[in-house]
Amino acid sequence: MTFSIMQLAPGNPMQTMINPKISAEEMQRAQEKLGFNDPLYIQYFKWMKEVAQGNLGYTVKTGQPVGKLILERLPATLLLTGTAFLMAFSIGVPLGVYSATHRYRLPDYVLTVFSFIGISIPSFFFGLGMIFVFALKFGWLPTSGMITIGADHTGYALFLDYLKHVIMPATVLALPTIAVVMRFTRSSLLEVLNQDFIRTADAKGLSQQKVYLKHALRNALIPVITVFGLSIPFLFGGAYITEHIFNWPGMGSLGIQSIVAREYPVIMALNLFTSMLVMFGNLLADVMYAWTDPRIRY
Amino acid sequence: MNGSVGISQETVTVSSIEKQTWRNNASWKRFKKNKLALFGAFILLFLLFVAAISPLVAPYDPYVSNVNELGGYDVLAPPSSEHLLGTDSLGRDMLSRIIYGGRVSLSVAFVAVMIATVTGIILGVIAGYYGKWVDTLIMRITDVVICFPVLFLAITVATILKPSLFNVMIIIGLVSWTTMTRLVRGEVLKLREMEYIEAAKAMGQRNSIIIFRHILPNILAPIVVQATLQTAEAILTESALSFLGVGVQQPVPSWGNMLNEATSIMVLQFKPWVWAPAGFAILLTILSINFVGDGLRDAMDPKVKN
Repeated sequence: MTFSIMQLAPGNPMQTMINPKISAEEMQRAQEKLGFNDPLYIQYFKWMKEVAQGNLGYTVKTGQPVGKLILERLPATLLLTGTAFLMAFSIGVPLGVYSATHRYRLPDYVLTVFSFIGISIPSFFFGLGMIFVFALKFGWLPTSGMITIGADHTGYALFLDYLKHVIMPATVLALPTIAVVMRFTRSSLLEVLNQDFIRTADAKGLSQQKVYLKHALRNALIPVITVFGLSIPFLFGGAYITEHIFNWPGMGSLGIQSIVAREYPVIMALNLFTSMLVMFGNLLADVMYAWTDPRIRY
Repeated sequence: MNGSVGISQETVTVSSIEKQTWRNNASWKRFKKNKLALFGAFILLFLLFVAAISPLVAPYDPYVSNVNELGGYDVLAPPSSEHLLGTDSLGRDMLSRIIYGGRVSLSVAFVAVMIATVTGIILGVIAGYYGKWVDTLIMRITDVVICFPVLFLAITVATILKPSLFNVMIIIGLVSWTTMTRLVRGEVLKLREMEYIEAAKAMGQRNSIIIFRHILPNILAPIVVQATLQTAEAILTESALSFLGVGVQQPVPSWGNMLNEATSIMVLQFKPWVWAPAGFAILLTILSINFVGDGLRDAMDPKVKN
């Protein structure tokens, strides 16, 4: 386990260096447009210097500071990915447990096929399908946005309004992760259930429920944390398309707009930002490992 | 070209299973037992077949707008006996576009996976076999690339490069080699310590012979499984890129850019035949590839007993 932290540690400085380097090429294109023609490495160091001082540059067309633009969009994306994240684990884990305890019976097969569909369905198709059915045909849910514009909800009403808007994009974003979490929980739980200490617990005469939930599940969840780490880049990547489809005012839709408008500084900064978030997520996953598994010491 | 290449990949998998010894025969039996995998293989072969002979099965030219009896273009026509899946906003036959789109999507995915697999094998073998600083360097680069979500990276690169069919293949290949590299490196590391490799080294065999004759054939199974699963991912990435308008460009049909039309609420709500079939085509293809990949993994895992 110390190994994985070690693995992460030398990655970090490289990360911040290479990351703007990729973007430096984009930067050059942007600068050529504006009439700058410094050699690449000078621009790269310039950009690095600015980034180190917390300045992510300005948009080419309107001259807005990029950092501010992204910070404006960040809360919406965090809300969406956070909701999706919660959904993925609060739905995925119980389904996995259910599937494992009903192994090789009908519910298990149904859930298995469901999980395959979950990882196979393109998010934009699922999203469009959801809008088609729930928003356009039945009119139960709003098609886009984060809150109803113009309606000044406060407190509980605001929360309900948000909930109505978030449920479809969050489901779309969470579905593949739900499927993966479910598969992982199932196979890991089955593996744990074959171990000796479970037999001991059974032999002690503990109730089935207690054995499953207290002894088995706690151990089975450790590998699931790996998915926790993996799901973070996936969720942020998926947010691009999901936000685009649902017109969610977050970083993803900002990214799409910037791509259409060829706003390289914004794309660059978004890349930097996302990779930092992902690294933070990986770190969090490592901490979670240590927290759930008392055998791991750093 | 594309479809038939895809088919030969499938047959290579199957024949390499049949050709080899008892253990692999056992895997073929295990694969046959897995109903979902068989179902997936069947659907996949059918799709590849249709893609290969698409000029023969497509009822119309996918690039030509159809004219109706009044002399105007037959735009957004609902499904009828003439156009089984209706027509799109430029009056082109949807069924033909789906068939041709499959050809495009499958060949993009296939070439992309080839790029990713070859890159992954080369880097993975170098990192795993030679170790030391080469290993550290390659793995650090891999770590860095992994930190970016695949789609994110693909979109960024796609924005910089000119959108063309060829570039889409390269982009997807270049952003998805990391998994294969890590897998191959891990397998090579495991094998490198085996006695028979040591024996080969002691006999003074050249590194290239050890790699090509003793290591690569023994890690083929996980590579094939990974490549299969990665094909599903490549199709997903391609369709997402095309959906966003930075992948395969109109008028070339791809399942992804056909769904792009549904971003108009009018089309989404009232003309479901324009977007739904393409979406289901993607779903079905990826689903069957995943079934096959999963079946292959179970079948080829030597740890699994019957």
